[in-house]
Amino acid sequence: MENKNRKGWLYLLPAMLFLGVFMVYPLVDVLIYSLEEGYNFASQTYTGVGLYNYSYVLHDPYFLQAVQNTFILVIITVPLSTGIALLISVGLSSIKKLRNLYQTVYFLPYVTNTLAVGLVFMILFKKTAYTDGLVNLILNFFGAASVDFIDGPYWAKMFVLCFYTIWVVMPFKILILTSALASVKEDYYSAARVDGTPKWRIFTKITLPMISPMLFYLIITGFIGAFKAYSDAVALFGTNLNAAEMNTIVGYVYDMLYGDSGGFPSYASAAAIILFAIVLTITCINLLVSKKHVHY
Amino acid sequence: MKVELKNLTKKFPSRNKKERAEVIAVNDFTFEIPDGTLIGLLGPSGCGKSTTLNLISGLLKPTSGKIFFGEDDVTDLPPENRGVGLVFQNYALYPHLTVKQNITFPLENLRGKDKMTKKEMADKALEIAKLVQIDTLMDRKPSELSGGQQQRVAIARALVKMPRVLLLDEPLSNLDARLRLQTREEIKRIQRETKITTVFVTHDQDEAMSISDMIVVMKDGIMQQLGKPQEVYDDPVNLFVAKFLGTPPISVFHGTVKAGQLYIGGTAVLAVPGAPDGEVYAGVRPEGFVLDENGPLSCNLTGVEVMGRDITIVSTHPDCTNTEIRAIISAENKVDTSSSAVRFSLKPFKVHIFDKTTEERIRFAL
Repeated sequence: MENKNRKGWLYLLPAMLFLGVFMVYPLVDVLIYSLEEGYNFASQTYTGVGLYNYSYVLHDPYFLQAVQNTFILVIITVPLSTGIALLISVGLSSIKKLRNLYQTVYFLPYVTNTLAVGLVFMILFKKTAYTDGLVNLILNFFGAASVDFIDGPYWAKMFVLCFYTIWVVMPFKILILTSALASVKEDYYSAARVDGTPKWRIFTKITLPMISPMLFYLIITGFIGAFKAYSDAVALFGTNLNAAEMNTIVGYVYDMLYGDSGGFPSYASAAAIILFAIVLTITCINLLVSKKHVHY
Repeated sequence: MKVELKNLTKKFPSRNKKERAEVIAVNDFTFEIPDGTLIGLLGPSGCGKSTTLNLISGLLKPTSGKIFFGEDDVTDLPPENRGVGLVFQNYALYPHLTVKQNITFPLENLRGKDKMTKKEMADKALEIAKLVQIDTLMDRKPSELSGGQQQRVAIARALVKMPRVLLLDEPLSNLDARLRLQTREEIKRIQRETKITTVFVTHDQDEAMSISDMIVVMKDGIMQQLGKPQEVYDDPVNLFVAKFLGTPPISVFHGTVKAGQLYIGGTAVLAVPGAPDGEVYAGVRPEGFVLDENGPLSCNLTGVEVMGRDITIVSTHPDCTNTEIRAIISAENKVDTSSSAVRFSLKPFKVHIFDKTTEERIRFAL
């Protein structure tokens, strides 16, 4: 028995070692950094232990802006992208011709580099000396005035960021949902048809509950992914996100470490811990809600 | 409700696109199911019996032919307007709904004048649940039920709208042997109590024979024979039907008819007056063998299985197409197990002879 136990631990060792070195240790380290006041990176010294770093970060207007941006991004993109992905997946599974072609087309953004996609979006939306961008041309065609989506008003920029985020996360969701839909046994639909169930009721009473585990998986990972957004904003608005009012929490952490105003690992750590707390809370709420609504 | 199939044909496009050949799953079916009977569609897998069921349910559209329920032509009606209840092989119970919700599901679809209140639905569900004896399980999820209980829920769901026709697709194939016996009695009882015309698909001849009022034997999409189970067993129209029905199976010998006598292995074993001369298959039911010291048919004894009520004699014969001959005789007979040979005489009405090429039955005067 004793021998068996030791063997078990031995098998676990590689994974534990890696997790310990690359996950647990940094996490603990970040927590320690966030509590050390007046930490000097060069001399590796600090003046005291306390919650000052948190207080600083929570009073920093840039951080508050980043939190606001992140929350808006999460609240808009997660439901919208999941909802649209569901619509497209249901559409895809109800057609027979060209289904594979459409599936490939919808999946393309997933295998395209984020920055390249960002460039395309800039061409679509950016106003330059030569052109107002494709979207503005369309707006003008319908008689509306041009809007500067990249350097203009806050909501115009937020619109582009949300649009972009939704567009980028959609393919994976469509992929997951189409396979979830395909795994619902045909018999359930046949049974429902024999009973004369209207299409809408089949969808809400049979299809949705059957794919609910996958749907909640997408919502939870969607929340986590959106909270950790950063590269999308950089792709669209460049690295000086604070100036563009488009910073995110992860962006703020990055700026605090390496940005022009950087070199403050303590503040960065505090912000990272706050983000961790937010994501943990939201995920726990999600799991509690899903327990009530997800079957099986 | 009487169900009538007229020249019903269903063709599927071949999977092999190059060939452009069509698979004929159901070929020119014509028969009538009398009101209130339980009919068993019987055949080996791939013979088109499930397709026939799906055509009756409306889930599939026939290539040609007509289906009538009573006097109504329902050929072009969608399934929901036909008034059928369908029980699937794997039950297709909605896993996220309770037993009660599963049973009331079809009722909740009713609109217009048929629309029911919650109370009416609950009462109706309970009434049906009592009929199939699951009224104590109403709040369970399907995953918390045994196979037999799931089966009953599926039947309850199919019955709750009081369908004109009840269709069962291999309803017992997912149950273990003991439950299968019990459930088939149950299906028979429910059918008798509700008097709903019921079509029942199975590949298990035992099952079909035991509960059906009528059976239809199918092969390759073609109806072979229709009749009461015992009649079909006693009077098969061809070799396929004879071989398909009965356990242990019929023993088929290569034989010759000459001058009104059936010869097996050069020995005249039975008088078959009226049968034309020629090569034949001679099928003998297990109960058609009579242990007889002076019997004409000599077989090599390989074993004896005593089953209490009767004895199975296992033997071989060079002219038999079966790998072994199983003869069932009464336990009162004593078999000399030390002997290597056993001799039988044959009961004439348990012997069927078939044309060697067409495999059609050749009748002779008894």
